[in-house]
Amino acid sequence: MEEIRLMKGNEVIAEAAVRCGCDGYFGYPITPQSEILETLTMMRPWETTGMVVVQAESEVAAINMAYGGASCGKRVMVSSSSPGISLMCEGLSYLAGAELPCLVVNVSRGGPGLGTIQPSQADYFQAVKGGGHGDYHLIVLAPGSVQEMYDFVSWGFDLAFRYRNPVMILSDGVIGQMMEKVVLSAPKPRWSDEQIAEMWGSWAVTGKPASRTRNIVTSVELDPLRQERFNHKLTDKYRTICEREARCEMVGCDDADYVIVAYGSSARISQKVVELAAEDGLKVGLLRPITLYPFPEREIERLSHRVKGFLSVEMSMGQMIEDVKLASRCRVPVYHFGRTGGVIHTPTEVYEALKSNFLQK
Amino acid sequence: MAAREVARTPENKVYSKPRLLTDAVMHFCPGCSHGTIHKLIAEVIDEMGMEHEAIGISPVGCGVLAYDYIDIDWVEAAHGRAAAVGTAIKRLNPSKLVFTYQGDGDLAAIGTGETIHACNRGENITIIYINNAIYGMTGGQMAPTTLLGQRTATTPQGRDAAQHGYPFKVGDMLAQLDGVCYVTRQSVHTPASVRRAKKALRKAFENSMQQKGLSFVEFVSTCSSGWKMTPVEANRWLAEHMLPVYPLGDIKG
Ligand SMILES: Cc1ncc(C[n+]2csc(CCOP(=O)(O)OP(=O)(O)O)c2C)c(N)n1
Repeated sequence: MEEIRLMKGNEVIAEAAVRCGCDGYFGYPITPQSEILETLTMMRPWETTGMVVVQAESEVAAINMAYGGASCGKRVMVSSSSPGISLMCEGLSYLAGAELPCLVVNVSRGGPGLGTIQPSQADYFQAVKGGGHGDYHLIVLAPGSVQEMYDFVSWGFDLAFRYRNPVMILSDGVIGQMMEKVVLSAPKPRWSDEQIAEMWGSWAVTGKPASRTRNIVTSVELDPLRQERFNHKLTDKYRTICEREARCEMVGCDDADYVIVAYGSSARISQKVVELAAEDGLKVGLLRPITLYPFPEREIERLSHRVKGFLSVEMSMGQMIEDVKLASRCRVPVYHFGRTGGVIHTPTEVYEALKSNFLQK
Repeated sequence: MAAREVARTPENKVYSKPRLLTDAVMHFCPGCSHGTIHKLIAEVIDEMGMEHEAIGISPVGCGVLAYDYIDIDWVEAAHGRAAAVGTAIKRLNPSKLVFTYQGDGDLAAIGTGETIHACNRGENITIIYINNAIYGMTGGQMAPTTLLGQRTATTPQGRDAAQHGYPFKVGDMLAQLDGVCYVTRQSVHTPASVRRAKKALRKAFENSMQQKGLSFVEFVSTCSSGWKMTPVEANRWLAEHMLPVYPLGDIKG
């Protein structure tokens, strides 16, 4: 039942949602991710799996629709690009505050403001540090290929339900728009109402059966001491997530003098830099965070005892670099390189930056 | 003592608290309409036998804690977004009775967009709209529904059309939309109006279960604290000043 196809990153998100038994998708058009909604409306999953697809009147409405669906224990997904994600931030805070599972896809573009429609990684802070208000975190996954766009949908839903927390796939216009070979797994059915009652009956709002007391999905608390206690509980959950779920890929880091830290499309570009450096006899490794929250701190900390420096390569003015500095305890120099505003760096540019930072200083 | 015991025999019982109203002490101020409207919702859901099918969506505003008072499943929505939340709940659970409960700040100011579009899509939900011409929860500021000349915390000299526009007649506007099957304006300031309002609520819930489209039930309501009046004065003020601007009765369907 596996299938191999040549597909765009955005199309694959739609395909993955249907194949992993997603119940509802809510979206609003914005470049460079509109193909997600378009692909779903081409696929017409409401006629096959029964999945609901709604074009909302705004991203604000879309995330609140997701909040409604998630309240019922359903697997729900939204997608957007940077300006739309900004509009969703209040809703993300509510989802985290009400401890609801939800998958959010950001195919990000250049900002600030309306910015550009070209790829960017300048939404790192927003995704990883909050965006919305209050003491909460999203779990943030950073796919580096079209295959990972596919795989992370199912993984994202698993994490969202395991921890009852919104999960974001932070992608960018490169991965969303590029075509690659992708292996599609066999479709999984949607959960039945009975399965939802069985698995999530302790919190999901399904219409109160005679067998239980009423369920209430809410994030409001009138007593600050109770809110504080709840925030401690949330933080304990985030601590568990940090201990268990951080993932990264390391290429040539074992004997590297310098390590590039880069995620998503910047990691793809940086792979070439590692090759260029090897040709010149330089030992450069690549550490690719696969989860941005939790951040792969342990691996960076370990490397920081040994390497001569880190280069954080991101399509932004330098955001993830702060986490690299924290994780490495600033034991060695940490530099940033990145084009921004929708400009994609070339491997040569990155390599030149690496050499000028580490070899000519 | 003896007389009280006689009054408590089952044959003499003429009224009891609706079964679906919990014993929680309501936080509403004396003279506020919210409590009466809660009671009607609890009664109608029980009488329709929908206790196990009903999902309510409470707002940000004085109605936020509705889930403490009515014994059904509830979702508390972000300020103004109840209609979007309800859209997904009903689409994903078509056999359920889904309704929102929203104030006039929640629905007619910050949530205007979600409200209009849920109505325009003809979602099979009921919107219960509490129009008390003021922001109750935040301490009595102007709402879109505040009457011209009405004094509030943010219109201390009275609402002035030149600066603040006009009382927003949301129901009349929504009645224009094809997705809306029923729009009615009710109140609970007299026993007769309570009885009529209950019938309207039941009709709306039945529409939702029969997938007829969106039903909108407005309650012209009091906010004695926000209006700085006694409960009796508030009921009188509602009849004298609000009803001429927001006349009661069915607007559509
Ligand atoms: C995004 C956001 N903005 C503002 C508020 C503050 N706020 C809470 S309730 C409310 C207005 C409530 O008025 P209304 O909807 O008329 O309901 P009432 O309290 O009168 O029943 C406001 C502005 C909020 N909670 N969230």
